[in-house]
Amino acid sequence: MARSITMGQYIPGVSIIHQLNPRFKLLTLVLILALLFLLETFGALVVSLGMALALFAMAGVPFKYLLRGLRPVLYISIFALIIYFFFTSGGVVLFRIGFLTVESEGGEQGIFIIARLVVLVLFSLLVTLTTTPLSLTHGMAYFLSPLQRLGLPTEEVAMIMAVALRFIPTLMEESQRLMRAQLARGADFETGSIFKRARNLVPLIVPLFVSAFRRADELAIAMEARGFRIGAKRTRMQDDLITFKDWAALVITLALIVLVLIFNL
Amino acid sequence: MAGQSAAIIESKDAYFSYSGDGEPSPALSGINFSVKRGEYVALIGPNGSGKTTLLKLFNALLIPSNGEVLVKGISTTEEDKLPEVRRSCGMIFQNPDNQLVATTVEEDLAFGLENLALPVSVIRKRVKATAALLGLEMLLKQPPHLLSGGEKQRVAIAGVLAMEPDCILMDEPTAMLDPAGRHSVLNTVHALNRNRGIAVIHVTHFPEEAALAGRVLALNEGRVVADGAAKKVLTDLDLLHKIGLQGTTAGELAALLRLGGCPLPSHILNNRELVDNICTLAQNN
Ligand SMILES: Nc1ncnc2c1ncn2[C@@H]1O[C@H](COP(=O)(O)OP(=O)(O)OP(=O)(O)O)[C@@H](O)[C@H]1O
Ligand SMILES: [Mg+2]
Repeated sequence: MARSITMGQYIPGVSIIHQLNPRFKLLTLVLILALLFLLETFGALVVSLGMALALFAMAGVPFKYLLRGLRPVLYISIFALIIYFFFTSGGVVLFRIGFLTVESEGGEQGIFIIARLVVLVLFSLLVTLTTTPLSLTHGMAYFLSPLQRLGLPTEEVAMIMAVALRFIPTLMEESQRLMRAQLARGADFETGSIFKRARNLVPLIVPLFVSAFRRADELAIAMEARGFRIGAKRTRMQDDLITFKDWAALVITLALIVLVLIFNL
Repeated sequence: MAGQSAAIIESKDAYFSYSGDGEPSPALSGINFSVKRGEYVALIGPNGSGKTTLLKLFNALLIPSNGEVLVKGISTTEEDKLPEVRRSCGMIFQNPDNQLVATTVEEDLAFGLENLALPVSVIRKRVKATAALLGLEMLLKQPPHLLSGGEKQRVAIAGVLAMEPDCILMDEPTAMLDPAGRHSVLNTVHALNRNRGIAVIHVTHFPEEAALAGRVLALNEGRVVADGAAKKVLTDLDLLHKIGLQGTTAGELAALLRLGGCPLPSHILNNRELVDNICTLAQNN
């Protein structure tokens, strides 16, 4: 149940990819995404797909997570493919439906775009599946930290996001429990007009909010009890460790970009 | 002065009311007591008697409206010493779900240390050592929502322990746990108290848990109504009944047996003692 929520769900592991510094991981990811947009040939794309899969294997992420992460891309892909097939001209005419013609150029372009999207999503998934949401938010906060000089509380925002991420599964569990409790009392969330269904959700949402606020209150006290103070100086265990592996990942990515640029891959 | 320096927590005529001064019945009135290094104190009392409020005074989450609370000689009103007070007196709450902050156990153990702004190398070392001490190594990379209730409470204890506290304040830490979870949490805390000399103040509604403490403090309507050895306070059934509490099952049973004419001693606290006494009686007859 709560185990099956993928959103930013971290899969514990001890691989090299898990160990990389989140800042370097994010930076490398951005570079790889840029690299994917530089690619021009199918061959290079296939190679990058192979690399993504190899990295997944290295991280020891089960195959099903990869498929689950790709599911949302499926619909976009089908849509994009249709657009490209019908509205791009050039190449050999494959077939004709009424005034629409389907030409090979469009097909090729469509498949290329989708393949690129898939590889792109795979690399992003690799990062979110191997980095704890907390590290991820702190990594992002690091890159946003110049904004602190403008008076924006990036540290606090990162903390808020991290705590929110921590509580998503808990709140999901709770809403499912409430829903079952209401179902047992004869509530009906599935039939009737949209207004009726919305009204039936009220007994679900009110207690959920009440409990969420109570939780927030208790959590704030627990955080304070453990010495958390807004604006006080803190250190972070995760992010400060930069090793040879981090630099290696960055240098390899940069080298690949240079390679792609030089040889027009 | 030696005796005074051994006190971790001192409460000097402390008052507290939630709705400002002059309220007819403050949550706490005139609390005088101190906890020495390495003591294990059970705090009992009916609902609303002020147990949680008192714990919060010791952790500087609340400041007494009158009187004073000292943690290792530091008054909790001293803003700039707050981190030291919070480090020295860690607090464990009742609901295991609402006190773990981070997305993995490891990050949660580090949370308090990060708040102390310790160097990263120290934090890593302490997280590892604490996890090893409480047998949590296997769980370090787990997200909290996948842990059992007992495991969550042990993680919460570890989070406090990592800060090398002098005292652990626990507010009904086992109330939401099943017997197995309760057992593992109690064992963990008692071992820490015995082996590391960490003082414990343990709020509980279970007389059997209170009976394991060296000392028991009973609150009623914001006042201390009893303070002494567990044997003494928990066998004073008249007092306990008067404030709406009960003794241990064995103690209550022994009292009934005495009423029925069975010559049992009045200091019986746990099942073992009750059984032993009854067996001796049976043999003598
Ligand atoms: N946040 C608050 N605001 C106002 N009054 C409060 C607050 N928290 C507690 N009180 C009141 O203070 C008194 C003591 O409450 P406290 O929570 O300390 O009792 P307790 O002994 O911990 O009870 P329980 O066994 O139910 O946990 C009660 O009368 C309660 O109604
Ligand atoms: Mg309470």
